[in-house]
Amino acid sequence: MTMTDEAPPDEAAVPEEASPPRAPRTPRRGIRSWIRGGGLSTLVFLLPMLFVFGVFSWSPIVQSVIMSLQVTNLLDPPEWVGLDNYVAVLNDPLLGKAVLNTLYFAALALLFGFPLPLFMAVLMSEVRRGKGFYSALAYLPVVVPPVVAVLLWKFFYAGGENGVFNTVLGWVGIPPQPWLQDAATAMPSLVIEATWAAAGGAIIIYLAALLGVPPELYDAAEVDGAGIWKKVWHVTLPQLRGILFIMLILQVIATAQVFLEPYLFTGGGPNNATITVLLLIYKYAFQNSLGGDYGEATALSVMLAVVLALFSWLYFKLTDRWSTS
Amino acid sequence: MKSPAKAAIAGFAALAVVGALAGCSADSASSADGRVELRVATFPPGADAAAYEAFESQEAQFEEEHPDIDVIGVEYEWEGPTFAAQLAGGSLPDVFTVPFTDSKTLLENGQLTDVTAEVEELGYTDAFNPIILAEVQDADGNIYGFPRQAYAMGLHYNRALFEAAGLDPDSPPTTWDEVREAAKAISDATGKAGFMEMSTNNTGGWQLTAATVARGGSTQEENGDGTYTSTIANEATKAQLQFLHDLRWEDDSLGDNYLLDWGSINQEFAAGNIGMYSSGSDVYTALVRDFGLSPDDYGLTVLPTENGGGTLGGGDIAVVSPTVDDATKAAAVQWIDWYYMQKLLDEDAAVLDAKTLADSGQAVGTPVLPVLDRETYEQSLTWIAPYVNVPLDQMAPFTEHIFEQTPVGEPKGSTQEIYALLDPLVQAVLTDENADIDALVEQADVDAQAILDQG
Repeated sequence: MTMTDEAPPDEAAVPEEASPPRAPRTPRRGIRSWIRGGGLSTLVFLLPMLFVFGVFSWSPIVQSVIMSLQVTNLLDPPEWVGLDNYVAVLNDPLLGKAVLNTLYFAALALLFGFPLPLFMAVLMSEVRRGKGFYSALAYLPVVVPPVVAVLLWKFFYAGGENGVFNTVLGWVGIPPQPWLQDAATAMPSLVIEATWAAAGGAIIIYLAALLGVPPELYDAAEVDGAGIWKKVWHVTLPQLRGILFIMLILQVIATAQVFLEPYLFTGGGPNNATITVLLLIYKYAFQNSLGGDYGEATALSVMLAVVLALFSWLYFKLTDRWSTS
Repeated sequence: MKSPAKAAIAGFAALAVVGALAGCSADSASSADGRVELRVATFPPGADAAAYEAFESQEAQFEEEHPDIDVIGVEYEWEGPTFAAQLAGGSLPDVFTVPFTDSKTLLENGQLTDVTAEVEELGYTDAFNPIILAEVQDADGNIYGFPRQAYAMGLHYNRALFEAAGLDPDSPPTTWDEVREAAKAISDATGKAGFMEMSTNNTGGWQLTAATVARGGSTQEENGDGTYTSTIANEATKAQLQFLHDLRWEDDSLGDNYLLDWGSINQEFAAGNIGMYSSGSDVYTALVRDFGLSPDDYGLTVLPTENGGGTLGGGDIAVVSPTVDDATKAAAVQWIDWYYMQKLLDEDAAVLDAKTLADSGQAVGTPVLPVLDRETYEQSLTWIAPYVNVPLDQMAPFTEHIFEQTPVGEPKGSTQEIYALLDPLVQAVLTDENADIDALVEQADVDAQAILDQG
């Protein structure tokens, strides 16, 4: 559909002098008709949700913004320090490293993690028998509690010749790899685990989306002599474009907030090779000064939130333009 | 549900549930029978049943002597994040313990309760070892806790791995070169890590500082006016980093996990995967109780010193939560005096404590340093001698030589932040064969000074 500035035909048909003056509709209807129309029930139904959102979502957000301008020891009244916390965070030499590492993680995750579930879903959709079994198998890692998964993978990644992965590599003559114990391989190792942990969810979504692709399109493509890759390229991918965009933005937001893997696998090491923005926030808040730097932690959180909000806005603007072109 | 009335009922019912959930944290410091309820830190989560048995006996003994106080044991493990969250949530135990390193920061943040009057009333302010008391005092001499246990750094070693490598477990290494030789022998003979060093969660900085002190250097100097100068770029720190680098890259005697902290290195040591590591001398109890080490395998000696170096010490203090009321504070001080202090001062209390612990299979006699004067400490050792159940002869290399070493306190300026800053240095030499030690320490020195200048 193409959107234009043209007015809808039914309104355009009405002569201009005959049209009633435009005014907001609600006040004209009056409170009585609003109640009669079910407005009160709507409000009453809305209240608990507004309350829950207000107390558990919005109030912490507002409090974080306030805290980012304060210094507190959680006992005495907080002291206002203006933008000092922001200045301190921006001057921290670790911030640049954390931002670069986070971008590196996001880039690797897009490289490994974005195409893989799609590829798996397309393959699985082609399977005739045991589709449910493969779906369950793919989804299984999502069910494993994340901390358990990390502990399990720590075991896999164990260095030396006795580690699970290194043993397997040994069978084909590849020497033991340091995995988490080397600055160069630590981040890719985290991404591999994160991809394994998250792929199942994405596969299920893609499988559901693939069901919505009209089979006639494939039939038509087959009639035109298209093989499997041409069908994927010319039918599947264009049909999944909307869902692919949504998954992309969700993944970018999720990878920008990566915390669990570096925290549990490496603690940000070796030599700060896996320190990420969220891990830095955690360290400000809890590790370095026993709660003395809540202000700096929230200042960095606010900056991250603003960047992600900007990214989301940019994304919606771009996709809006694409969808209308 | 079309009618507004029904909808309203549903809505308000939902609100009531949420309100009840949000408001159910009201608490009172007094129990129904008028006794003061005192929530005290007991054991880390995961301690065995015997530890709880011992604590229950001690709780009953205390309540018999103090019928107006109801002691409630709370699982607790000191961790910075836990403390901050518990303080913010108002759920700290009324009495808990904090390491010396963190007590300074908490004290500066105003997060500890002043107990000067209470300690003075008990009459043993002067009995404390003044170096140790200074750890819990502010600039005006006010006291913010009871130093209850102190330790010196020691070299822990696995006697079974020593034997497997053809080394004599009764003659552990006395120099850093001998540590290196023993580590290589163990690694070559058993495939296990001959030596290992902690490197994450600030413990890398802690141990690097300890080794620096042992090698005759220091990472920080106090200027006497409340400011500090970073001295990280010193020869002793470089020597230790070079030592670790050589063990890793020339000898290959450090195993294959270079991201260990206090908990994980203890776990690996208790599992028999590490020949030697340095840590506080008081870790035996945790190794056996929480990590399942076989006592027969345990050995402890002093950390080698050179160039006039000393032994980094530490310890922990029993403190009162900053949020308690006066009645609870008074009860808290009575508990600390009874539970932690009297066994150091009074024969009957020492014997009762040792007997209770020994009856429940808990460690009695783990080597520590005196928080009071040395005579009182040695006297207390004679009181509990019949109940000592730790393998003291396996710790003789430590207990026989520790008082020959010069005790050195931990650096006081932004301690944990500087330790955090030093972690990557240890990790760098363990994971990067080409790590430039000079450049690393120079950069860390600049960064540390920036932290110290911020205050």
